[in-house]
Amino acid sequence: MGRYVARRLLQMLPVIIGTTFLVFALVTAMGGDPVQNLYGERPVPEGIRAALTAQYHLDDPLPIRYGYYLAGLVQGDFGTSLSGSRPISEMIADAWPETLRIAGIAFVFEMIIGVAAGVMAGMRRGKFLDNLVLLSTLTVIAIPIFVLGQVSQIFLGVKAGIFPVSGTNEGFMSYLLPGLVLGSVSLAYIARLARASVAENLRMDYVRTAKAKGLSPSRITGIHVLRNSLIPVVTYLGADLGSLMGGAIVTERIFNIPGVGYNLFKAIQIEDGPALVGFVTLLVIVYVVMALVVDLLYAVLDPRIRYA
Amino acid sequence: MRGSKMVGCAIVVALAATACGGGGSDEGDKGKSGGGFSMNIAEPKRLIPQSTTESGGSQVLSGLFTPLVEFDSKNEPVLAAAESIESPDNKVWTIKIKDATWHDGKPVTAKDYVAAWNWGAYGPNAADGNYFFQTIQGYDEMNPVDPDGEEGPKKAAEPKAKELSGLKAVDDKTIEVTLKAPFAGYKSVLGYTVFYPVPEAALADVKAYEEAPIGQGPFQMDGKWNHDKFVKVKAYKDYKLGDKPKVDSVEFRIFQDQNTAYNDLLANNLDIVDQIPTEVMGTAPSELGDRFKTSTASTFQFVAFPTYDKKYSDPRVRKAISMAIDRDEIIKVVFQDSQSSARSFVSPVVGGYREDTCGEACKFDPAAAKKLLAEAGGIEGNKINIGHNADGGHEQWVNATCDQLKKNLGLECVSQAVPKFAELLTQVENKKFSGMFRMGWIMDYPSMENYLGPLYSTNGSSNYYGYSNKDFDRLLQEGREAKTEEEAIAKWQAAEDILAKDMPVIPLRFGKNVFGYSTNVKNVEMNLFNQVELTKVEKS
Repeated sequence: MGRYVARRLLQMLPVIIGTTFLVFALVTAMGGDPVQNLYGERPVPEGIRAALTAQYHLDDPLPIRYGYYLAGLVQGDFGTSLSGSRPISEMIADAWPETLRIAGIAFVFEMIIGVAAGVMAGMRRGKFLDNLVLLSTLTVIAIPIFVLGQVSQIFLGVKAGIFPVSGTNEGFMSYLLPGLVLGSVSLAYIARLARASVAENLRMDYVRTAKAKGLSPSRITGIHVLRNSLIPVVTYLGADLGSLMGGAIVTERIFNIPGVGYNLFKAIQIEDGPALVGFVTLLVIVYVVMALVVDLLYAVLDPRIRYA
Repeated sequence: MRGSKMVGCAIVVALAATACGGGGSDEGDKGKSGGGFSMNIAEPKRLIPQSTTESGGSQVLSGLFTPLVEFDSKNEPVLAAAESIESPDNKVWTIKIKDATWHDGKPVTAKDYVAAWNWGAYGPNAADGNYFFQTIQGYDEMNPVDPDGEEGPKKAAEPKAKELSGLKAVDDKTIEVTLKAPFAGYKSVLGYTVFYPVPEAALADVKAYEEAPIGQGPFQMDGKWNHDKFVKVKAYKDYKLGDKPKVDSVEFRIFQDQNTAYNDLLANNLDIVDQIPTEVMGTAPSELGDRFKTSTASTFQFVAFPTYDKKYSDPRVRKAISMAIDRDEIIKVVFQDSQSSARSFVSPVVGGYREDTCGEACKFDPAAAKKLLAEAGGIEGNKINIGHNADGGHEQWVNATCDQLKKNLGLECVSQAVPKFAELLTQVENKKFSGMFRMGWIMDYPSMENYLGPLYSTNGSSNYYGYSNKDFDRLLQEGREAKTEEEAIAKWQAAEDILAKDMPVIPLRFGKNVFGYSTNVKNVEMNLFNQVELTKVEKS
């Protein structure tokens, strides 16, 4: 297993180089004028334009600019953002924990509630609880996240005053509502996934055998069915954790959480190549690591799967 | 068994991450506690005066610094940090500064001003406010143009000078500024953010300085700039350059989205929102009651005609198009009255503004417009287009304008989106864009000249459409060299009248500050730089 992990980690290198280069090339291909973007609707003095262009290597050919970037990256230098000229490593260090907090809440919420609701619905197919889960998850999936976010902000924050409206000033409570909103859509998918999986497994031969052997129903569902049903759920959860940590542009914006999503949005807006590439590099690493964790979890859930 | 353990672990990790969030609770308080208030800003780009031209940063700096001059209710300059500002010939200006101390207790000297301005004017520092110094002698030596032009590699040429030759500290309290050319309105220019001083020693490490800028204004930093979250300031006890603030502290909370800030205001969690988002403009007056306010702002929106496009070369055509646009209707429907109709070329926020200088040409009169267009022989192809930048949210009003032109002039009109403003400007500069295009202007300093010079003089920095009129240029220059303010304004007004005849652009709208505040504060006012007047705000 150690060798397998090492090999997977080594595979990250070409993936990172490939994706960063792609993003770099795409940002260049947008053909915008980052210097003018920085200045908004004002003319840029010639001298300033020259200075900024030289500082950020804006007129070098793509491979050379990418070379500068990689050279910095190897030394742990993500470069400097075009807006405000802050070091990107510092921006990541500030933004990442914020995103982790709401992603953490969202993840715990969708995992516990989603799996529980799904399993219960799957075991009581066609009953009231099953219909309730199906209907409520369908509703959540149908509502776009920005509507969900704004409506909950206005009703639970502004009108009822239960949650802080926005910002990160009030500790855990500040992150709770955005986390719940963020997790709600995935929760719906997980519940439906778990429900289908449990329902399918309950019809399997091994369940009948176990019943015939006289195993208690709680042992059958609790150990055998659940464990076999969770494989698709874990796959989904793993991929979802990756995307949660990639920041939520809409949710972070509505609740004013200065996380990764917010920084990505800003970088795209002003075509801030260095910042964009920096944050994307981070996302790639998160995704690759999460994919690895999911693969390892398969082996835990299903003893037939082994990694050598 | 192993399975359940690993899942348990993941939960713990996730909880730990959220639990860390709890630590932040004591960092920020709600605006209402203590004797302070909170307001929204956008994340500042920089926090050094010479490089701060956007709204978030200048709002913070307006609390930390006192400018040389401020503006009274008539928008005339009055001395603030300056003891006197005088010039015999409008070319050499002598500025004497009042006794003041930096927030760290050291005295403010003329050398601090000189050093800060030199830093801003020095090309390689790439300060956003760099161009404000271009009227001072010696600027060109500090900002050489690229020697090999557009084509060659953009290697910046090494500037010949590191200091402005036209700027010197005569003694501890006296600054002497020599301009390239006489300019009567220079006193007003000095009120802008980029002319704040910076402690000379701080310029050695600008990055560190920006995290907690030291100023000489009514407020001082309380802790460091907490990026993307907040900047806190508290009243500076030894402030003597003007009225002391009526509150103990201000928290500038950084918002990404105006709608969120507005929701926080409704919940009374935030005390001032400096721009009510257009989406809620319809409901805000009833939700906020008399805490919903508007005031005149300096922005000016217009549509320009490119001189390289023969189609629009007849002034009668340009006037006809202008007369066929119902400004009031568009403002009511599209902007929910958050802007006001422009029928002059100069904003009401500056001295010398006159109503309706555009006259007939800006009056909505479809019949007369049609007649005038027919007189001029119609328009080539009976088709026009209006360019706009898609990133600026202009689609709606440009479409509305087009609809009116279709209806009132029987023209075919197309709204043509270019993704970015920069791209639109580049296309216009290279004469590749055919058609009219939208433009906007934000005032740099409160003077009529600022609405005329950059936009319409032959070499104007923002004259993208290539308008050129010798009489206009001459009058503008005469105004700059005039002995008195009144004389200058008379010349500039004459220049504005030429614009009304030529109609190089169609004035459309002037900006408005539309702001609101919570029940915790009163006396909230916004000035012509679109900033909240921090020292006037009181707790209610």
